Amino acid sequence: MARAAVPGGLSPRLAWRVGRLVEIRDETPTARTLVLEVAGWPGHLAGQHVDVRLTAQDGYQASRSYSLAAPQDGERVEMTVQRVPDGEVSPYLVQTYRIGDPVEVRGPVGGWFVWRPTDTAPVLLVAGGSGIVPLMAMVRARRAACSRVPFRLICSARAPDDLFYADELRRRVRDDAGLDVAYVWTRQAPPQWPGPPRRISVADVNTHGWPSDLAPVCYVCGPTGFVEAVADILVALGHDPRRIRTERFGPTGG
Amino acid sequence: MGIVTPGFQGRRRTTQPALPPGQYLVEDFPVLSAGPTPRVDLDHWEFVIATETGAEHRWTWPQLMALPSEDPTVDIHCVTRWSKLGTTWRGVSLDTLLADVETTADYALVRSYGGYTTNLPLADLRDGQAWIAYRFDGADLAPEHGGPARMIVPHLYFWKSAKWVRGMRLLREDEPGFWETAGYHDYGDPWREQRYQGD
Repeated sequence: MARAAVPGGLSPRLAWRVGRLVEIRDETPTARTLVLEVAGWPGHLAGQHVDVRLTAQDGYQASRSYSLAAPQDGERVEMTVQRVPDGEVSPYLVQTYRIGDPVEVRGPVGGWFVWRPTDTAPVLLVAGGSGIVPLMAMVRARRAACSRVPFRLICSARAPDDLFYADELRRRVRDDAGLDVAYVWTRQAPPQWPGPPRRISVADVNTHGWPSDLAPVCYVCGPTGFVEAVADILVALGHDPRRIRTERFGPTGG
Repeated sequence: MGIVTPGFQGRRRTTQPALPPGQYLVEDFPVLSAGPTPRVDLDHWEFVIATETGAEHRWTWPQLMALPSEDPTVDIHCVTRWSKLGTTWRGVSLDTLLADVETTADYALVRSYGGYTTNLPLADLRDGQAWIAYRFDGADLAPEHGGPARMIVPHLYFWKSAKWVRGMRLLREDEPGFWETAGYHDYGDPWREQRYQGD
């Protein structure tokens, strides 16, 4: 764990390690959680990501970065991959990759968009679509560490069928004291939902976030437009920009 | 060659001599930043070079605009693996800004509005290799891409091209910046795939 706790500076070259797929969980019709066993995995923090490298029979290689979906658990490395239409790597990982097959994994990477169980400030997590993945790792890390730090999570998804981890989120809200989850539906809301589908607004962040004077740490992850909008709202609501951490992904990921 | 992953074909691209190893081409312009987009008022904008002896050289926005500008067309490479070829910018060469700066420093720590920092050898900012850019693709630089002005150092990974740039400190000793202290490479040469510490 020492290497992940002190990212950079002291670490030797990050090695490519061989991971094998040991478990698959379908999250939505187009997204799948992959659990790998990676021999020699050095450990990681919630919010970090890994590089995954695929090699074809003729030696052709392609690499992409994926956020880790769960906190450290021995040599198990978990990620949730959303199939990008026309992508090069994600369609393989979501549709073709089978239990027992190897991939190469390198990481963990990133030492900024992370939550440590020793952190004490209230936390606001704002997720757009598959941006929930690193934020779910934080929710799970909080649970695993029996942390009592107050967490609020705002999830924006297109429709109930597009929401990752839906059952577990319901369970966590019931079982994890101090965790609140609010939802925003952009295309199709569940039955009995008050109001039509819409994009996240100042009112959502104001109602379901924290007042700025509590000095929470805010983590925002999602598509670029979503992150820009939410970060601007947080700044307008008086949050210190230095306490707003963002991770964006464009339409080009694969 | 790595471990073969059964069933993986990939999508071979035609060989692109301009593409560093591990990169793929994009047509759009992804945005990556660690925090909110700062909104910088041009009336208060300034760029400050502080030398290792404490001497300061300052430019306001009108002063920057009055300097000779260049229109570099360059390829850019993000450590997250996208590359964009033939991007067109307008900006002031760092050679112009450094012309009257007396220094024997070897390093620069570039700093941005919003608190971002990144370090480079000073030699990498000279000899037509770096610009303070304020236009992209014929238009004013958008805030999410670093407007009003950003650094462009196209021969290094794009995190070295600091957005919302406000100045730099010249240093005798190298001092890591924001991503460099978070696990990324100190120098960041895309052709040598210097992505993370130790690469």
